[in-house]
Order: sequence, then C-alpha cells, then structure tokens
Amino acid sequence: MAMFAQAYQWINLKYLLEGLWVTVEVSVISIILSFLIGAVLGLTRYVKIKYLSAIVGFIVDIIRNLPLLLIIFFTYFGLPNVIGIRFNPLWATIIAMTVFESAMLAEIIRSGIVAVDTGQMEAARSNGLTYWQAMYHIILPQAIKKMIPPIVSQFISLVKDTSLATIIVLPELMYHAQVIYGQNTNYMIPMFVALAVLYFIVCYLLSLLSRYLDHRLSESPEEA
Amino acid sequence: MIDIFTKYGNVLWSGFGYTLLSSFYALVGSLVIGTLFALFEISPIKTLRVIGKIYVEIFRNIPLLVIAMIFYIVVPQYFVKIDGFTAGTIGLTIYTSAFIAETVRAGIESVATGQMEAARANGMTYIQAMRYIILPQAIKIVIPPLGNQFINLVKNSSVLAFLAGFDLMYQGNIVASTTFKTTDTYFAVGLLYLIITLPMSYLMRYLEKKWSVEGDEA
Repeated sequence: MAMFAQAYQWINLKYLLEGLWVTVEVSVISIILSFLIGAVLGLTRYVKIKYLSAIVGFIVDIIRNLPLLLIIFFTYFGLPNVIGIRFNPLWATIIAMTVFESAMLAEIIRSGIVAVDTGQMEAARSNGLTYWQAMYHIILPQAIKKMIPPIVSQFISLVKDTSLATIIVLPELMYHAQVIYGQNTNYMIPMFVALAVLYFIVCYLLSLLSRYLDHRLSESPEEA
Repeated sequence: MIDIFTKYGNVLWSGFGYTLLSSFYALVGSLVIGTLFALFEISPIKTLRVIGKIYVEIFRNIPLLVIAMIFYIVVPQYFVKIDGFTAGTIGLTIYTSAFIAETVRAGIESVATGQMEAARANGMTYIQAMRYIILPQAIKIVIPPLGNQFINLVKNSSVLAFLAGFDLMYQGNIVASTTFKTTDTYFAVGLLYLIITLPMSYLMRYLEKKWSVEGDEA
C-alpha cells in the first residue's frame, strides 16, 4: 500500500491529470470535427449523387477497414513526404482520428437513415413535401434516434483510441503514465490502476449520456 | 510500392501471418469467454448477472492498449514471463470478449420467448425447437455482428506493434524505418490489411441485408 501512496503523490497525480486534459482535448476536437464530416459523408453516400456517392462510399470503406494505428503512423511519418508539411503530434493525432472516425460515423449515419422505412419518404413526398423537407422533418428525426447509441459507442472508442497516440509521443494520459512508471517500476501497478480508473470514468460518463439521450428521445411522442 | 513488396515482401507477409493468427486465436477465445459472460448476464441468478455486467462494463470502457500493456509489462514483472505476441493476443481476447458478450446477449434476447412456446405448442420437443426454430434465427442475428468483430480484431491486432508482437504493423514499422520509404511502406501495409478486412466487410453487409429481408418476410 505504501507503493500506492507514494505513486499517487500530488506531483504524479497532477502529471496524470495534465495527460488526461490532453486526452480530453484531442477527443473533443476530434469528436466535433468527425461528427460534422461524417454527417456530410454519410448523407452524400445516402442521397446517391452520380459518381460522387460511389467514390465517397469507396473511400469511406477503405478507411473504415484500416487500423487507426496505421493511419496515425501514416499521418505523422508518411504524410510529410507527400505534402511537405510536418504536423506536431497533437495535430497529427487530431487529423488521423478525424479521418478515421469520420469514416466510421459516415457508415453509422448512412445505415441509420437506410433503417428508416422508405415508405416514410414516399408518404412524405406524396403529402407534398419536397425531398429535403421530407428528409429534414420526417426521415432525419427518426434516424437520429436510431443512431444515437452507435454514435456514442463510436465516441467511446475514440476516447479509448487516443491512447494509441502515445506512440508518436503525444503527451496524453497513457504517455504520462508511462513516464511515471518509467522512473520507478514500483509505480507500475498503481499507474495501470489509475489509467483504468480514469479512462473508465470518462467512457462511462459518455455511456450514461447515451442512455440519458436515448431515454429522453423515446419519451417524446412517436412521429411515425 | 512494388519495390517494397519485392524487397521486403517476405517480412510483411510474415507479419500478415502473425496478424491473422493473433486475430484468429483472439476470436475463438473471445467467443468462448464472451458467450459465457452473455449467459451470465441473462442468468436467473443475481450474483452471476452482476458479475457479467461488471466484466462487460469494465473491459468495454478501458482502452485495449492499457489491457495489452498490463499483460506485456505488469504480468512478466510480477507473475509469469510471456512474450509480446501472447500478451497482445490475451489482451485482444479479453477486450473483444466484452463486446462479444453484448452481441450474443442481444442476439439471444431478440429471439422472442414466444417462439419457443409456439414451437413447443405445435408438438416439437425442446431440442427440435432449438434446432429448427431458435438457433437458426439466433445465428442469423449474431453472425453479421460477429463478422464485424473479427474485422475489428484484425484492425485492433495492430496494438501488437507496441509489444514487439511481430504482427503486420510491427514489421511495417521496421521496413519503414530501414528503407525511409515511409509513405510506400504504409501503403503496402494498408493494402495487406485491406486484403482481410475489405472482403469480410462486404460479405457481412451482404449477409445482413439478405438475412434481414428474409426475416421481414417470415
């Protein structure tokens, strides 16, 4: 137990929390960017614009099926050779996460819209709504309900996956923990306990949010 | 990129083999453990339900890298020596089993109990009802998400690169750092991952569509 008390001295805890802050920062920026881009890509794929939707679909499928770690490596080590700009670890991580998560979210959003019965669209159109009116007032509100649980689990994955950026020396939670137990191997177990607890708290709060939203939306009357 | 394949093809293919092997072991392992915890979660015994719930919530909310690193550096330090490949595969198995537990639980719960009662009322034995009514439906519900879990496993097995696990990502990094052709190498590595994941992903999408249409007709 002395091991824990020593490992959790204030200077170490402060260092861990600084790492947690970077983790949260990267997560929040990537969540916002990838949600916006993912929504645009998912819609583009759904509405079937000639050629464009097929191309977007193909690129989304390629990115979704690659490991995020590979995309992080590529953004940090490979991309500078192509475009001549080197990003710092923070932006390399944000860019890599955004590219990967946008593709994942695009697929969730597309299949969420598909899951809303096509009869709904036909009914809306025959009642005189335009395509985009029907989309906005009828299809999307229903689709969003179906999408919320998978979207939030994707965000939880995103938060967990920021730990991979430790390999390009992003000073996030995982990296800071490694620095601490690198100085004293006795701190190893306390640090892993701390990592597990801190990641769990962040992710569990997100899953509570998902449950809350799910509950709120299912209370509102069914438009169907 | 062709250059990379001709010169370092055997290194990358060996990594490809380890990636497949690790994913396969982890799939089998997590299927067994995941199903066990799924059964815990729907068990009539409260203690088992609580254990199942705790297991799933813990391992779904902690990064795979943290779990894998525990097996890679904590376990050898205090318990038994294990290599990076084994540590990574154990980490993958535990992490994935939590997701599989949720998938299997949802699959079993979605086949309504009314189906069993109806089958029994029509004169089938319990085994016949299971064999002809319940299992065919449960499998169709569970196979596409399990296929997707396998795709995730292949992608997630790249954490072995952190643990000197000789997988595709690890070998790719070695090739990238020896040749300095990082862009070409990562393209080659990506291509090899896609050989496994892309066809799987299209197959699962096809099965999902096909079986959900059949389900609607029934």
